[in-house]
Amino acid sequence: MMLVELLSGVISCVCALLAVAFFTLLERKGLGYFQLRKGPNKVGLMGLPQPLADAVKLFTEELVKPTLVNVFPFLVCPAMSLFLALVLWILYNNYFVCSMGGLSMLLFLCVSSLGVYSVMGAGWFSNSKYALLGSVRAVAQSISYEVSMSLILMSCLLLVGSMSLSMIMKYQFFVWVAFVNFFMMLMWFVSCVAETHRAPFDFAEGESELVSGFNTEYGGVGFALLFMAEYGNILFMSVLVISLFFGGVVFVGVFGMGLCVMVSFVGWLFIWVRASYPRYRYDLLMYLIWKSYLPSVLSILMFLVVSVYILNG
Amino acid sequence: MVTILIYLLILLIINVVLLLLGLIINKRSYSDREKNSPFECGFDPSIHTRAPFSMRFFLLAVIFLIFDVEIILLLPLTSNILNSNTHWPLTSSMIFLTILLIGLFHEWNQGSLDWMK
Repeated sequence: MMLVELLSGVISCVCALLAVAFFTLLERKGLGYFQLRKGPNKVGLMGLPQPLADAVKLFTEELVKPTLVNVFPFLVCPAMSLFLALVLWILYNNYFVCSMGGLSMLLFLCVSSLGVYSVMGAGWFSNSKYALLGSVRAVAQSISYEVSMSLILMSCLLLVGSMSLSMIMKYQFFVWVAFVNFFMMLMWFVSCVAETHRAPFDFAEGESELVSGFNTEYGGVGFALLFMAEYGNILFMSVLVISLFFGGVVFVGVFGMGLCVMVSFVGWLFIWVRASYPRYRYDLLMYLIWKSYLPSVLSILMFLVVSVYILNG
Repeated sequence: MVTILIYLLILLIINVVLLLLGLIINKRSYSDREKNSPFECGFDPSIHTRAPFSMRFFLLAVIFLIFDVEIILLLPLTSNILNSNTHWPLTSSMIFLTILLIGLFHEWNQGSLDWMK
């Protein structure tokens, strides 16, 4: 049993790495077509092997270590952020995959909070002004949205009475939580976009203000690892959007392919949002979470607690 | 538990191998003073690279700390409310959430949530 669990975790982690590679291709292609151009189409057949070429290029690229950098933590931070992004994938529930035990969402909360440290370290140990400013912004944004995210997560788990992701997916066999918790679902998606520092909330690397934000000093392998971690987080957030609010799809389709299709669609939504909206304003971002989401999430949570208690008898 | 530990170990190995791979096969090249200085637009960086930042960010972290502790206290509620026969999970969580909400409105009223004054 243990071996099977371990094997399924490792397989979903390796598949996640592959998915990350091709998700970057999807993003470049998609953004290309949004802007009425082709995107990468020269490598191989229609640009399909492009991610592999990118990987080779990034790993063989020269590694610049600026003199002021604290070298060891500077190199460890990207590896740590990829590590944390991949740890989450053991929670992935597919048709074939046996999930981890009853406290999987607790593991998610812990690991996703730790992700802040790698961003903070990447900025701080770079010893550069742009990197520091970018990482400070990124940390403030992440921790703010973490509050509302954990409360929304709790509102979903409340309906099931368990902290296990596989349990909440099983409970949605007949009806989706999205029907009960519709506004929570919308808020969860926006929080996910903000938590992963994606456009329109990409203040961690606002190109026009800070050169590239917290990863300004990175190139080569460091940049590659940070990039993979970011996209791994995006894909896992898409998985969570589907698992928490549309969990029943794991039973739909041949071998549960419904889940993969829905997750790809949510991943596509991240790109779509990026192509459609201009960058938000930082103070508005903070108002959105503290003055709008947090009071409404707390109120809805109170309502849910009472209704669950009454309906439970 | 053991499964997760072994999984973490495997991931650690994957990450270290990726990092070492990048460190070993990267293209060597010359390095000079300009190239190795932190990225700033064409001039030498001043000494204070780790510049002081706005107090807002620190205050935000303090507020976050309070809310995060409260979330930790709320987490057991998820399994208690369905699995208990008494009204205590309901009553205590309602009192707790009300205090949390009033606390948030108090912060708002006092202006600690305002990003720009």
